[in-house]
Amino acid sequence: MKPPRFDYHAPTTIDQAVELLARYGGDAKVLAGGQSLMPMLNFRLSRPAALVDVNRIPALAYVREENGILAFGAMTRQRTIEFSPLVAQRLPLLREATRWVGHLPIRSRGTIGGSIAHADPSAEYPAVLTALDGEVIVQGPKGRRTLKPGALFETYLTTSLAPDELLVEVRLPTTPTGAGYAFEEFARRHGDFAIVGIAALVVRDGARCTSARLASAGAGPVPVRLRAAEEILERDGLSDAAVEAAAARAAELVTPDSDIHASAEYRRHLTGVLTARALRRAVERSEGPLR
Amino acid sequence: MPQVTLHLTVNGARREGRCPPRKLLVDFLREDLGLTGTHVGCEHGICGACTILVDGEAARSCLMLAVQADGAEITTVEGLMKDGVLHPLQEAFRQHHGLQCGFCTPGMLLTALDLLRVKPDPTEADVREGLSAVLCRCTGYHGIVKAVQAAAPVLRAYLDGGPVRG
Repeated sequence: MKPPRFDYHAPTTIDQAVELLARYGGDAKVLAGGQSLMPMLNFRLSRPAALVDVNRIPALAYVREENGILAFGAMTRQRTIEFSPLVAQRLPLLREATRWVGHLPIRSRGTIGGSIAHADPSAEYPAVLTALDGEVIVQGPKGRRTLKPGALFETYLTTSLAPDELLVEVRLPTTPTGAGYAFEEFARRHGDFAIVGIAALVVRDGARCTSARLASAGAGPVPVRLRAAEEILERDGLSDAAVEAAAARAAELVTPDSDIHASAEYRRHLTGVLTARALRRAVERSEGPLR
Repeated sequence: MPQVTLHLTVNGARREGRCPPRKLLVDFLREDLGLTGTHVGCEHGICGACTILVDGEAARSCLMLAVQADGAEITTVEGLMKDGVLHPLQEAFRQHHGLQCGFCTPGMLLTALDLLRVKPDPTEADVREGLSAVLCRCTGYHGIVKAVQAAAPVLRAYLDGGPVRG
């Protein structure tokens, strides 16, 4: 099928984009990478009065390191992130997660801001944002505000962004050198939406786990920060037994739904299995003696 | 509905057109520019038959509006052959039975081209993973994988210039 009619705008500044969103009072959609919105337009699942194409705003695409944070302009392409030496060095978890996002041609166009604003519960980037407790900056007519993942993701495909707000930046804390990380995902075919995905980061000091970060994708309407599972590792270390205990706890923390792809029971089961796998890989990758 | 004007480079040639903003790039290439080698499959980004290169990177042309290609350099399957000589990828598909009906083939070729630029010396697993972006209903993929593996060393030899762009 073909997209329905819409007013088309291609602003060149963030202010122009925000003004357009405000002008249409919630009946305009932002066109970023288009890898989620265009299918919806082609199926006419979405029939906005206007598209605000933000691909012509150069101020929205950048990767900057600032004081222990990597700041990504919302229009930074997933492909750019995949091949960025800075990301490889400072946020290897994000790079690994990126390789699970669709296929390379999708990543040529898809963006970090678009993925997060679209808030598909199976998406990788929202899970990484949640695991690392990053934040996003949004801009509206009254100025900018910062949102943490808990305040951003409301439910399936729904964020707390107002209709006249544009997500402009994604900020993620950089990974300490020697930390272990892994992104595990299960899908029936490579490149499919995750049935369940797990983002994991562990920081070790000898046998002690000084910091663990875990979040799920696909196991509920929003990504879930698996804090109680993290606490098991931070209390008991990174032995096989502790990892198994944390994985079992993780499976209890999610409230998945059943759909045509998988039952709730299966998603819950996958949460445990993938948490264990992700933690084992993260521990293997972490540097330093195990004792 | 007001029309938009676009100027772009397609297979090395300057082209232009006018169309409604809602017109998809794949339809603009096929209908307005007469380049019917790029195929319309699923229209939601899953099948890969519409894959082209946009500024050197593989992208699904069913997920772009034509107007978004204003100012871009596009490569379609028609741009692979040069002066009557098949591109090494096309030659490899011919030799290794990389196609039957040919519907997915343009998408496979452009996806493989991007893949080989990113990974000039891929393993079979790399090739299979890269090609998972495009669906084929005819071949069972074996000949396509063989073709891409066969083309890889040929393209590596051309990396420093030579008669074939790519």
